[in-house]
Amino acid sequence: MKKTPFYEFHKKLGARMVEFAGYEMPIQYEGIIPEHLHVREKAGLFDVSHMGRIIVKGEESSKFINYLITNDISTLKDFTALYTVMCLENGGIIDDLLVYRLLKDYYLLVINAANHDKDLNWIKKQAMSFKTDIIDTTLNEAQLALQGPLSENVLQNLTDFSLSSIEYYTGKELTIAGKDVFISRTGYTGEDGFELYFDKSYSDEIFSAIIASDVVKPIGLGARDTLRLEMKFALYGNDITEETNPIEAGLSWVVKLDKPDFIGRDALIHVRESGIKRRLVAFEMLDKSIPRHGYIIISNNNENLGIVTSGTFSPSLRKGIGLGYVKKGFTKKGTQILIQIKHKLHPAVIIKPPFYKGGDA
Amino acid sequence: MNIPDTLLYSKSHEWVKIENNIATVGITDFAQQELSDIVNLELNDVGSEVELDGEVGEIEAVKAASEIFSPVAGKIIEVNEKVLTSPEIINKDPYGEGWMFKIELTESLEDIQSRLMDSSRYKKFLEEE
Repeated sequence: MKKTPFYEFHKKLGARMVEFAGYEMPIQYEGIIPEHLHVREKAGLFDVSHMGRIIVKGEESSKFINYLITNDISTLKDFTALYTVMCLENGGIIDDLLVYRLLKDYYLLVINAANHDKDLNWIKKQAMSFKTDIIDTTLNEAQLALQGPLSENVLQNLTDFSLSSIEYYTGKELTIAGKDVFISRTGYTGEDGFELYFDKSYSDEIFSAIIASDVVKPIGLGARDTLRLEMKFALYGNDITEETNPIEAGLSWVVKLDKPDFIGRDALIHVRESGIKRRLVAFEMLDKSIPRHGYIIISNNNENLGIVTSGTFSPSLRKGIGLGYVKKGFTKKGTQILIQIKHKLHPAVIIKPPFYKGGDA
Repeated sequence: MNIPDTLLYSKSHEWVKIENNIATVGITDFAQQELSDIVNLELNDVGSEVELDGEVGEIEAVKAASEIFSPVAGKIIEVNEKVLTSPEIINKDPYGEGWMFKIELTESLEDIQSRLMDSSRYKKFLEEE
């Protein structure tokens, strides 16, 4: 199993380690609930080095990326980021990813760890007819996320550059604890915060400097999942897959059908014109039960409506929350649905996301 | 890992304390650590009959749900209302305030003692698992 550069820190900090996407990763340290609440209130440090990092460069790199993804990078400036998906020809989602423009004709793609090999093969195959180089830097670099309202204060103590000038979804090259990093104001929690990318040889110095702050705690993958779910951020493999398209997943805002040709465009135009048959919705339980991935969603008239794709106890709201695909006609907020848990039906209601509305990102 | 000497233990990680003809049941320190962040507990009603290893409820943590089995046979005579409202007590004090239910036994103490593990055997069982 692969280890990230922070493996020894996790052990020392008392993490419970699990296998995730071929890596031995911390699922939790103190507990999911306290870690979750700490990120909402202060600042939490996440090891996200398992994410895939791919450089795309060369004179046709802009043209290539705009063919590869559904969103439009043509207006991106240097050091800005864009959330997007990339699709198969049939409109199914291959992965969701961040695209950073670092320089003209020089981009960083950040992809899901579990999709690393699949994505890399796909990207290389699609790039063959473009003048571009694809370089996998995943194993050379480390990646951390510092998330929570106090993140800027924490990092400001470790750099001379004024971090308040870094806007949401933009980045900067600077030094943290004397080491060169690329930092962006991005994240997966709904809170203000940053993601840091750097050479893995700096891992010890940077992790030590950040975790030394009184207000920072290490956060595991467990709380990463509950935090993202409270924001209705999609998780690849659960809420979005090759069998779902971005329109039904509620990701139309990253699909630019009016830009020139891109992979999946014809299929997605067809979906848009013929209308979706189901939609990813957010729902809250009305009793004490907790929805889980795979549970069945049923209407008050006992009609099968779809399936739960993500579910958890929400530490902020203190109740069960979930996402799931629901048949057209039942997707409006306020609609009452039933979740089948074992042999019992439990009442739930569709809400307008996010579940947690107090985030300051 | 806390494994008190005075209790008996099941392979599904419940503990049992027997006084007179009454068994008090909870989950072990190991079980609460494995589950972590317990947020919901449901138990069968007081008065219901319980078979040996029968399902008596469900315990839910943030990330996982797990059935609770009764390591003894009998009738539920009391459930801990405090842990039903605040199940996180089980994480904090699994052998004390975190007890779950009491059963009036329909089997003999000898049967129970020969079936369940004492603390040293449970400790060994955990090491082997």
